[in-house]
Amino acid sequence: MWQYEKKLQYPINIKNPNPKYAQIIISQYGGPDGELGASMRYLTQRYSQPFNEVKGILTDIGTEELAHLEMVCAMVHQLTRNLTEKDIKESGFDKYFVDHTNAVYPVAAAGIPWRAEYIQAKGDVLADLHEDLAADATTTKEQPTHSGTRKPLVSLAFRHFEPFRKNGIPATI
Amino acid sequence: MSKAELKKKIFSYDFAIHELVLFLDTHPTNKKAMALLEEYRKRRAELVTAYEERYGAFIIKPCDTPATGCWKWLEGPWPWENNFMEG
Repeated sequence: MWQYEKKLQYPINIKNPNPKYAQIIISQYGGPDGELGASMRYLTQRYSQPFNEVKGILTDIGTEELAHLEMVCAMVHQLTRNLTEKDIKESGFDKYFVDHTNAVYPVAAAGIPWRAEYIQAKGDVLADLHEDLAADATTTKEQPTHSGTRKPLVSLAFRHFEPFRKNGIPATI
Repeated sequence: MSKAELKKKIFSYDFAIHELVLFLDTHPTNKKAMALLEEYRKRRAELVTAYEERYGAFIIKPCDTPATGCWKWLEGPWPWENNFMEG
């Protein structure tokens, strides 16, 4: 089970709405390398793991990814507040708005809804952990997120890579 | 310390505590990490007590008491809304 904490892992307070940014940032939620995929990847893989260390870290990182998801959703939500019809049309946000209005729906920047094919679970500890390494590494790429938040998000993503790379796989197998 | 500063400090400890939890998942016998985790948990608890004394029940718990007579959990701002830290 999970217990909700009524807070964000890192506070988000965006002063100026910007639907153009929102359409790009939303990929970090529902895109191929987004937080929804990240959380589902870890939380799905953990059941078939043979070692307690791996069960533990997949559970705890998967949980943290849900907190990242919440931060990205908060950004999209705050960037799409109080929009006029003109804002919506001129920013190109109309193509999203027609189906979802101000809801925060999991899609990639190009509009493709989140797909389970973005993740893998093989029931093989080596295959799964390697997939995790590859997936986590994608989030260190350039991310067009709001200033002040990109750094924390990137460092959050990258430090998950380190325990695996340095200790996880060699120490466990 | 302002409400926002106190919140920020508590959430900073949450962050460090979670970091230590992840480290201990792959280093379950590391005594230094365990000691640090205990210390941070203690310091966080002290800040939470200070917060609750000044501002009422701490935000992460659903808190309806006979004294308030209402379900405080529902009171905004919610975490994804603007000015959550100050609210």
